[in-house]
Amino acid sequence: MNGAGRARPESGLELYAWLFMRISGVVLLFMALGHLAIMHLLNNIEVINYNFVAQRYATPFWRTYDLVMLWLALLHGLNGARTLVEDYVSAQGWRAFSLASLYVLGFFFLALGSLVILTFQPVTAP
Amino acid sequence: MKVTLRIKRFNPEKDSQPWWGEYLLEAEPTDRLLDALNHVKWYLDGTLTYRRSCAHGICGSDAMLINGANALACKVLLKNLGSTITVEPMRGFKVIKDLLVDMEAFFEKYRKVKPYFITQTPEPEKERLQSIKDRERFEDTTKCILCGACTTSCPSFWANEDYIGPAAIVNAHRFIFDSRDEGREERLNILGAADGVWRCRTIFNCVEACPRGINVTRAIGEVKKALLFRRF
Repeated sequence: MNGAGRARPESGLELYAWLFMRISGVVLLFMALGHLAIMHLLNNIEVINYNFVAQRYATPFWRTYDLVMLWLALLHGLNGARTLVEDYVSAQGWRAFSLASLYVLGFFFLALGSLVILTFQPVTAP
Repeated sequence: MKVTLRIKRFNPEKDSQPWWGEYLLEAEPTDRLLDALNHVKWYLDGTLTYRRSCAHGICGSDAMLINGANALACKVLLKNLGSTITVEPMRGFKVIKDLLVDMEAFFEKYRKVKPYFITQTPEPEKERLQSIKDRERFEDTTKCILCGACTTSCPSFWANEDYIGPAAIVNAHRFIFDSRDEGREERLNILGAADGVWRCRTIFNCVEACPRGINVTRAIGEVKKALLFRRF
């Protein structure tokens, strides 16, 4: 048994992660509910098509909204999964593998999503 | 009333696996579980092993898992436990024998938070005075009896034995928020580490388990806040 454990220096990383989870959680509560209301209550899949997206993305407002939501949601989920791995994957090898996969996948989707949101060129139908 | 005690027995010198011992006995509804355990030990099976000292809910010796929840055997009455009662050792500690667990690692973490008065200022002529309001600030966490019920009910501790655990945090809280104490920074540095308060996932098991009614999760939250506002 490790007993009291090794003394690890206080880096502040866990503090910032904890703070980020709380702030992003509150912000996401409103953003995700707003997203849900617009996409599934006010509009439906009949209305949402390329043109709908193109019109929304013609203004920077919705791009920013989606970009902020993407970053907050992905990082919030990623940190949650990191916490689970740190709590429950105790084998060194598996832990390193799980964390590495998590980071690679997470940042791949973060980059991909950001690329689409930032570079999408809307061609609005006449 | 007739009660059946199902006690998780384990003697590492003889048993390869823990086993369930069943004991039928006659008891009063107002008897405590500890009385029933004593009855088993004194009249039915003298090899049953458990810790108990004061038997009045203040020494913290007889915390155990009773019907799946941590409690002090001397503080629960049989009438509240049903006719078949399961008794197991606290989870997450090494079992020495039957209900007796090795609490050395637990006390090592307790010592790690420096649970004693620290000051650099010279001793005043009389006592170090404290206002009633300043004393109330840490009233709740003075009640801890170090029974281990909170720490061994904590899933974060089950998952990671390096986690300092709710009991040690409660005892650090008692000094961190004491206006006379000057060891606040040292203790916050220890609790701010990766295996400190940030491993708490606010599951609240500790609050339900505490036989002294300490709001453990709130105390941990206050330490988190102290760490946060130290930085900002």
